[in-house]
Amino acid sequence: MKLVHKYVDRDGKGDMSFIPEEMDDIWHAYNLITEGDVVRASTVRKVNLESSTGSGTTFRTRTTLTVSVESIDYDAQGCKLRVKGRNMEENEYVKMGCYHTLDLVLNRKFTLMKMHWDSVALERVEIACNPTQSADVAAVIMQEGLAFVCLITSNMTLMRTKIDVSIPRKRKGFVQQYEKGISKFYDTIIQAILRHVNFDVVKCVLVASPGFVKDQFHEYMIQQAIKTDNKVILDNKAKFMLIHSTTGFKHSLQDVLQDPAVVNKIADTKAAGEVKALEQFYTTLQCEPAKAFYGKKHIEAANESQAIETLLISDSLFRSQDVNLRKEYVKIVDSVRESGGDVKIFSSLHPSGERLEQLTGLAAILRFPMPELDEDDEEDSETEE
Amino acid sequence: MSRHRNIRSMDFEEECDAFDDVYGHSVEDDYSMSPSQAAFMYNRNNIQIGSYLNSQKDIEEEDEEIESNEELKKAKLESCVEQIRGTLGTTMTRQQIVDAVVGFDYNVERALNSLLNENPKTQESNRSSKVQTEDLPSSKVVGGSSGAQGKTRTVTKGFDVVVQKDVSRLSSTPDSQSPASGRGTPVNVDEELNKKWEPKIDVLAQYKKDRSDSKQHLYMIVIGHVDAGKSTLMGHLLCSLGQVHQKVMHKYEQESRKLGKQSFMYAWVLDETGEERNRGITMDVGRSQFETQNKLVTLLDAPGHKDFIPNMISGAGQADVALLVVDATRGEFETGFDFGGQTREHALLVRSLGVSQLAVAINKLDTVSWSKERFDDIKDKLKVFLKQAGFREADVTFVPCSGLSGQNLVKKSTENELISWYNGSTLLEVIDNFRPPERPISKPLRFSINDIFKGVGSRLCVSGRVETGCLSAGDRVLLCPSREIATVKSITLEDVPYPVVYAGDQPTVTLSGVEMENVSVGYIMCDIQSPVQVASKFQCRIVVFNVKVPITKGYPIVLHHQSLMEPASFSKLISQLNKSTGEVVKKRPRFLSNNTSAMVEIQVSRPIALEMYSEYKELGRVTLRVGGLTIAAGLITKIIL
Ligand SMILES: Nc1nc2c(ncn2[C@@H]2O[C@H](COP(=O)(O)OP(=O)(O)OP(=O)(O)O)[C@@H](O)[C@H]2O)c(=O)[nH]1
Ligand SMILES: [Mg+2]
Repeated sequence: MKLVHKYVDRDGKGDMSFIPEEMDDIWHAYNLITEGDVVRASTVRKVNLESSTGSGTTFRTRTTLTVSVESIDYDAQGCKLRVKGRNMEENEYVKMGCYHTLDLVLNRKFTLMKMHWDSVALERVEIACNPTQSADVAAVIMQEGLAFVCLITSNMTLMRTKIDVSIPRKRKGFVQQYEKGISKFYDTIIQAILRHVNFDVVKCVLVASPGFVKDQFHEYMIQQAIKTDNKVILDNKAKFMLIHSTTGFKHSLQDVLQDPAVVNKIADTKAAGEVKALEQFYTTLQCEPAKAFYGKKHIEAANESQAIETLLISDSLFRSQDVNLRKEYVKIVDSVRESGGDVKIFSSLHPSGERLEQLTGLAAILRFPMPELDEDDEEDSETEE
Repeated sequence: MSRHRNIRSMDFEEECDAFDDVYGHSVEDDYSMSPSQAAFMYNRNNIQIGSYLNSQKDIEEEDEEIESNEELKKAKLESCVEQIRGTLGTTMTRQQIVDAVVGFDYNVERALNSLLNENPKTQESNRSSKVQTEDLPSSKVVGGSSGAQGKTRTVTKGFDVVVQKDVSRLSSTPDSQSPASGRGTPVNVDEELNKKWEPKIDVLAQYKKDRSDSKQHLYMIVIGHVDAGKSTLMGHLLCSLGQVHQKVMHKYEQESRKLGKQSFMYAWVLDETGEERNRGITMDVGRSQFETQNKLVTLLDAPGHKDFIPNMISGAGQADVALLVVDATRGEFETGFDFGGQTREHALLVRSLGVSQLAVAINKLDTVSWSKERFDDIKDKLKVFLKQAGFREADVTFVPCSGLSGQNLVKKSTENELISWYNGSTLLEVIDNFRPPERPISKPLRFSINDIFKGVGSRLCVSGRVETGCLSAGDRVLLCPSREIATVKSITLEDVPYPVVYAGDQPTVTLSGVEMENVSVGYIMCDIQSPVQVASKFQCRIVVFNVKVPITKGYPIVLHHQSLMEPASFSKLISQLNKSTGEVVKKRPRFLSNNTSAMVEIQVSRPIALEMYSEYKELGRVTLRVGGLTIAAGLITKIIL
């Protein structure tokens, strides 16, 4: 993301202008903008002009609008943000207070005004504007009849296609039906790969499955490519990497990212680091349960005693619509850092982040064992749900 | 005009306000979203941020219901407006079109007509029908089932309860935006609704009449670690019983020799696909049939390789009894049993899937020169383990044999080394001695679907197991969770047509009235009057086997239920229980580790058809797996949503 303008005063109030340049930047923007912020961007608005007789003409016009944000939708597929809110600055086309939805897309400047840029938001800006050489990886994870084509960047795993077909089982006298079903299934996957994987930027395509599906598929794909003389696949043959996974479901991508061969190839993407940290948390929970806490209550208690060594926190918490809640989470992050702890903010778009999110979104490995909170307390927090 | 504001979303309000504006008004471009697109959208309002939000669940869900209703309405409206625009161009204002569409209850044709005839009368009728639409929104989406909504909840088993559930399923789960939910065609079951299910009283008598003169049918699954010799043992058994033609066997011998895999010639009887034969391992469950003195046995040859355990689980769900094959070769038994091999996992799985009788074939004894010590050693080790796994000692039989040389399969052994210490039963006799299992024939129909394919004349065929009740040709049945109605055209059992099949049978059923896309493996076909429950959240009591990392809330798992495989997660750890007494040891544990028993709540990624264990044992069992390992087995105790 390119930062083209920045002004933040001493109280943290201010505005910044950005130009998103990569897919990840849209995700960063999604995490930066919260309800109540003000966003300005150029947009197209439909205008109806009505003459005194009542007949009207409609035209579209490009205009710059400033809205006070009420809702934000992230469109991972189309790679854009839809920011909806009321108009704050009247112009000749749009009245004050009218609703408008701004589409924030790649390579289009937008300005974000916040009453308070907190540490987490500022850190996000820093990460977003710091160009890392992101190893772009595509992954196909599958089992018979089910396949996902995903793109993995350092900040997210984007599911591009889900293929779900039923393939007849092998049965006496019906083997062709099985074989026909499976080649149709493979053809669909090949189509999806060709459509969604841009081999100019993608350095590696992981093909993962339990059993031999991956090998069969790979063989089939190469054969088909030779048959149809498909240059795209033949030229990029070396980019395909076959990995064993335990299931064909999306969450098994986590196992795939842990495979040593993959770790070597895609090195230190954020994803791999997150997977490792979560794994470490679970190991601690297994061996020394008193040093692994999760849930807001427990984390707050541990934080008070300055016991947190590593804090795992899901970025979804900072997208909370409740401003005060967001503040509380920011405070935890700040105070852990102050006391010398490490904070890992998980992207909720990675399988590991999804998993942390399910685990209350907040977990920590402690420096020293602490007693578990009372059962009563626990029960309170559960009923609050 | 303001009357239908609540139906449409807020955007139009703005338009209305801007109407009397002098310099015209601007319109925000509305976007309507296709369901497939919606699956990729992250809407902050819809994201459930887990437990740490201090909001009350109930209220939240209700809100959402309305919201997605609105969402649906909006999308519908948009598509109608789009269509009309396509015909009329821009001659009408958007407002006019919107009014007409809403007025005619989203019927494009009628709305178009009215717009074209634009006269006061239709305006009039517009208004009157508008009033009707007022009350519709909440029930509209549910389609035919709206009538049942008003009914009070009665017992857990009525049809209305399921309908209730369906309402929330269609509207509140985020799933309803995914493409998959397009399958859930609402069904009009009004006429069936009024009839109450009652057992066909004559069913038992009919069963006696139909089946008393034929042999008892038994389904046996053959399990064990990879390369224990399961396929070879069974292939040889079938061969000795004359089930495989000599010519065929000769062909297998020739061809397997060509591949340099002659030792697999008997396995080829069951391993039929090229892939299986080339690799020399079974990948999907093989089926065959043979007769013993008193029984007709269908054998299911499970794959031993750990990557194919999902297939083995679906096979085990269909079996009455199991034959565990272990390799007696030195070192091999140990790999399969002690060091994370599948001998343990398979045995635990079949037990937790309801198989209680087990025969253990201690195979490949030829490689240890029929040593009695080796046999006893293995037998003792297994005995202890099987007892822990929950098998009664009396229900487990051990038999020494060799699949390759065919010793002690059908006839008494000719090996002197063996006869010197063994004169017990042959494998065939052991199989013949299995007690016939109980068949719940007089319950409502439940049929678990395990395969779907096109039969002769490209008719849709499903095969699977009749879990409870009976099924006759001509019956109307309900397929869940998609709630499709189908008619049974014909039924065959091992290629022989049957007019009626009963619990325990595994027929192939030809259906009409339903498309292949609307059925998947793992669906339950059931009685229309007494349908199976559909839910995506349930409570169950689990036994944790062996986990590498402790189970916490939110832990992602793969749920196996009959032939169904679906991603799921633990949504709540309710309590940890004492393994033997079932007493609560700890409420709301933070985590569960090895060998514990617990009450948990499980959230499945989309609704599935299931039953409580107390009502239908067969459909009340689940198996939970993570990373290729079975971590727990459970019994469903409560169905939530
Ligand atoms: N010596 C000896 N070898 C045997 C015996 N039974 C099977 N084998 C060999 O063991 C190997 C594996 O046999 P399979 O029948 O394919 O084993 P399986 O258990 O079906 O294997 P999966 O289905 O892949 O789990 C083959 O090479 C057989 O020839 C036996 O009784 N004695
Ligand atoms: Mg086999």
